Amino acid sequence: MNALNRREVVAALLERRGALLVVAGLGAAAWDCTAAGDHPLTFPLWGAMGSACMIGLGLALAQPTRRVLVVTGDGEMLMGLGSLASIGVQRPGNLAIVVLDNERYGETGMQKTHTAYGVDLAAVARACGFADSRIVRGNAGIAAVRSGIYRGRGPLFFQVKVKPDAPSLVLPPRDGAHLRHRFREALLGKDAAAQ
Amino acid sequence: MQGKISKSSSAEAVDWPAAIHRALKAQRVRQVSYVPDAGHKRLIELCHADKGMAAVPLTTEEEGIGLAAGAWLGGERSALLMQSSGVGNCINALSLASNCGFPLLMLVTMRGETGERNPWQVPMGQATPEALRLAGVRTLRLERAEEASAAANAAAKAAFEEQSAVALLISQELIGVKSFEEKR
Repeated sequence: MNALNRREVVAALLERRGALLVVAGLGAAAWDCTAAGDHPLTFPLWGAMGSACMIGLGLALAQPTRRVLVVTGDGEMLMGLGSLASIGVQRPGNLAIVVLDNERYGETGMQKTHTAYGVDLAAVARACGFADSRIVRGNAGIAAVRSGIYRGRGPLFFQVKVKPDAPSLVLPPRDGAHLRHRFREALLGKDAAAQ
Repeated sequence: MQGKISKSSSAEAVDWPAAIHRALKAQRVRQVSYVPDAGHKRLIELCHADKGMAAVPLTTEEEGIGLAAGAWLGGERSALLMQSSGVGNCINALSLASNCGFPLLMLVTMRGETGERNPWQVPMGQATPEALRLAGVRTLRLERAEEASAAANAAAKAAFEEQSAVALLISQELIGVKSFEEKR
């Protein structure tokens, strides 16, 4: 099995991230983004499972000149599968979704998710009208994912197959009001964020 | 239930969906998401026709909670339209609003109230105000067409200026009862 290391994938995608806006789905995806460097323009989730992609959509519509990346897991994506259809209607050119697919519910005992049984998330996204949607299985594909995130015409969907391991916990702040406020202050400025 | 059985003529006299649309404009709402309800038909059409608004159809109502959070992170205001049966779909997602203090404006057309002809609408309709309260959402009522503008403005101000989660419950008496008879 040549599945990728999730921490290395996320670190490669978020290195020199510039003005990128990031939403991180709950669980390991949020820990991975934090391990790559806690950042005010990353909004990590601790709950509301299934919401990550819709938060990304609202953000992408509100900030059409900025690039928006959702990093989430296969279990979180499966809970919000309908959001791919809703994104397919809006087709924001500035939105990319990366699903770190370890085929497991990693936070609850490594139970298999639907993708372990062959459910093809990238095919769902393609059928919903994403501009590009693919499964990435090796390191060679990561450069293309990175170029899509920062320069591609969205919406883009990358289902990155990663090892079903459990890297150490690297936790983001868990105060939701703090996460909300620091994001708005970094994006909109101090005065606007207070409005 | 406090509603009267007789329907006032005010619903015909006042274009209340247009009044709500004007209130959303006045309150600078830019993203309007919805799962359709017959009671929201005209408001949905007005939002789609409005070039200053993104109208976002959803597959399930909880998607609109996430959308509204993302919009606010990006500096925009969002409103979420649904019928009362959709409130049940939102419960866990509402933790996003309560944990992070995101403003949230929900406009909920009520089913399962006076005159409902579909018994399957009654359980969620009757549970709606209490379910919202338990999930941390304030509820306001809109009963009469001529109060639509004031009620929608008040709900939007409660959401965006007081920065709270608010649902405006629009009475079934106002939207009318679905007849289940063939049209034409």
